[in-house]
Amino acid sequence: MSSPQNSPMTPGIAAGRLPQETLADNFADLHAPYAPHEAAVAADRCYFCHDAPCVTACPTDIDIPLFIRQISTGTPEAAAKTIFDSNILGGMCARVCPTEDLCEQACVREIAEGKPVEIGRLQRHATDTLMAKQSHPYQRAPETGKKVAVVGAGPAGLACAHRLAMHGHDVTIYDAADKPGGLNEFGIAAYKSTDNYAAAEVDWLLGIGGITVKTGMRLGDNLSLDDLTGCFPAVFLGVGLGGVNGLHSEGEDKTGVRDAVEFIAELRQASDLATLPVGRDVVVIGGGMTAVDAAVQSKLLGAQNVTIAYRRGRNAMSASTFEQDLAASKGVRLMFNLQPTAIYGDGDVGEIELEYTSDDGSGLKGTGETIRLPADQVFKAIGQTLVTDGGLELDGRKIAVTGAGRTSRKGVWAGGDCASGGDDLTVTAVAEGRDAAMDIHATLSA
Amino acid sequence: MADLTTEFLGIKSPNPFWLASAPPTDKEYNVRRAFEAGWGGVVWKTLGAEGPPVVNVNGPRYGAIYGADRRLLGLNNIELITDRPLEVNLEEITRVKADYPDRAMIVSIMVPCEEQAWKDILPRVAATGADGIELNFGCPHGMSERGMGAAVGQVPEYIEMVTRWCKQYYDKPVIVKLTPNITDVRKPAAAAMRGGADAVSLINTINSITSVNLDTMSPEPSIDGKGSHGGYCGPAVKPIAMSMVSEIARNPDTHGLPISGIGGITTWRDAAEFISLGCGNVQVCTAAMTYGFKVVQEMISGLSQWMDEKGYTSVEEVVGRAVPNVTDWQYLNLNYVAKAKISQDDCIKCGRCYAACEDTSHQAIAMSSDRVFTVIDEECVACNLCVDVCPVENCITMEPMTPGEVDPRTGKAVKKEYANWTTHPNNPGAVAAE
Repeated sequence: MSSPQNSPMTPGIAAGRLPQETLADNFADLHAPYAPHEAAVAADRCYFCHDAPCVTACPTDIDIPLFIRQISTGTPEAAAKTIFDSNILGGMCARVCPTEDLCEQACVREIAEGKPVEIGRLQRHATDTLMAKQSHPYQRAPETGKKVAVVGAGPAGLACAHRLAMHGHDVTIYDAADKPGGLNEFGIAAYKSTDNYAAAEVDWLLGIGGITVKTGMRLGDNLSLDDLTGCFPAVFLGVGLGGVNGLHSEGEDKTGVRDAVEFIAELRQASDLATLPVGRDVVVIGGGMTAVDAAVQSKLLGAQNVTIAYRRGRNAMSASTFEQDLAASKGVRLMFNLQPTAIYGDGDVGEIELEYTSDDGSGLKGTGETIRLPADQVFKAIGQTLVTDGGLELDGRKIAVTGAGRTSRKGVWAGGDCASGGDDLTVTAVAEGRDAAMDIHATLSA
Repeated sequence: MADLTTEFLGIKSPNPFWLASAPPTDKEYNVRRAFEAGWGGVVWKTLGAEGPPVVNVNGPRYGAIYGADRRLLGLNNIELITDRPLEVNLEEITRVKADYPDRAMIVSIMVPCEEQAWKDILPRVAATGADGIELNFGCPHGMSERGMGAAVGQVPEYIEMVTRWCKQYYDKPVIVKLTPNITDVRKPAAAAMRGGADAVSLINTINSITSVNLDTMSPEPSIDGKGSHGGYCGPAVKPIAMSMVSEIARNPDTHGLPISGIGGITTWRDAAEFISLGCGNVQVCTAAMTYGFKVVQEMISGLSQWMDEKGYTSVEEVVGRAVPNVTDWQYLNLNYVAKAKISQDDCIKCGRCYAACEDTSHQAIAMSSDRVFTVIDEECVACNLCVDVCPVENCITMEPMTPGEVDPRTGKAVKKEYANWTTHPNNPGAVAAE
């Protein structure tokens, strides 16, 4: 094993804390794919329930009992078709869905034995099998000559574009980044999307034809909704949440304080993880999936001490129990009822001060009691905000939509994290994109 | 712990579990291992006549069907009788019996339907010290094409004739093993009895093709692209075997004829069921071939525990206890009324009972929007399909209605009196109740 130049105990922010081999192990597939025998055993556990609760629990309504039965009869390719019929990003969803809160939580075997059928891994088995054959399984309907703009090449936009292309429409996707994929490409922990899966999935999805992707186009910057609605009879916005909330704490401008999403994106795009710097003492502020992804990956990169500080109790964390346990198992310390008050250091971050909180029902308040944690890197993971354009009505901090993603503006639909309603999940985004596409198709066909 | 010692035809064995004549009992090495594992007896794999032994195929001999998790439910085989020289087998039988005097040693035999052939082999088998013989009139593949095995078992006259020869030239118990590949098992059993058989054993294997290879379009097991029917055994054949056993046990002509039960016995419970239907002991093959000889330990402990719980002190006490309750359909009580009941505490809400009842039965289960499944007594005919498809044992039960209660399906009070089809007004051939 080659010895790295640094170690977890190297002070400050440093790259190369762990040997290459350890990094490779640390960032290997979180849920390794099934061997065929494992898939057969897992599939045999499905009871083929009537009007199955797992399907109800799936935001994209995948016919789970059918696809598992198709796996068990030796036709994983047919199983994949069943999945893709409902969810064209079924491969990524198999990797990133919080199945423990969705289909697997609803599985009757979870009720019966506390051990659900492993639906997520079975879904991956099916989708991987079909995609390995390099064939895009759908054919486009005859071209309609209708053009649709999709803004955002994340899960919502891709699902929308694919469904529209399938129905013969001509789709142009605009994305602000230099490549498509959205959060699948930039916002998910590396161990959930190994071997450049997100990019491969986009390539495979675009195999339907009829979709043009234009990158480096940002809404409100070099792209305006007014221009789009002028050129396209239908526009779908799947722009996600582009802004990041600030801490509003003293010392937030010190070197070493950064957005967790930026760190996660950088890590996903890194060609050599050994070149990626990370602190010795890392503190992540937040309680969602982004916080967990940033914390766990910091630990896996070789940070010595990683702490997640969340201002409310464990039950309020939006990261699932599975994610909390994952963080704990990797050695991340989870601290609750703590909010940042100040960041200290001489130019660089050195320490973070946190105040305990309590909520007596009248809202969260600081108790006045504080603690200080050593920190040479602080990640902010306290939520993202909408950046939009074109005077759309909002519902809270999101674009207001009714029905299948219709915004306040005629000819403009929205879905995914930027739109109101539904959880901020990949699978929800796919469902919203798909359903908006069907509504757009119906509108254009009328 | 109940004493499982059994005496079948005067042959003692420490438990009622014998290994059936089959690959597990083909040679000394296996049989010694079986006895060490605890088997009460063996029926040595079928011996043929003196001379060059039969040959087997040099490709797959077995095919299978599976349940969930690849649990083997049915096995078929195209193996023939022993392919080792007669003398070698006889020497081994002699040695093993001498070393295990407390275990039952039965020798299975299949020679041509000629008196001389039986007259030749029987003294040699007797010389081994074995406790008895079993006549293989059941093997349905290969040997039957040569006029032996099932070809004999399908002709009651031949069964009677050969059995008589054996009783004439051999002085220990003669068991006749029957083939299920016939229309009425009572006929061959009666023939064996007329020939003087001390017992029958059944069932031998059932003609079967377990699967077809859809690439080569040949049945499995395939030998160079061709397949032949084999003999089917294992858990899947148990219901067929038990029905045949019960037919013999309750037929007035053969009632009381000792039976050695064979057919998919895998657990103590299977064995107890066969015994209750009139078997003095049981023979096992597929369970051993699937899991190894050690399975007998569960059979021994399970049967013993159950007998203790029920207060039975010997296997003999259990033999035939269920036979009086096996009857013809026409004598079933048509005044008996039951209703399905779903335990909400045990229900895991899979909805399989609903799908089965709604799609294929009587639309007698209601499903609420929050997945609570309840029986609609007005529609339920107590068919039991919901019980059978439910993944949770005892979650759905069939509850008998009490006489006097009104059956919501018919609007009539449940009658206390027994009444069957023979006296039912809808029966054109009904006789007046006496």
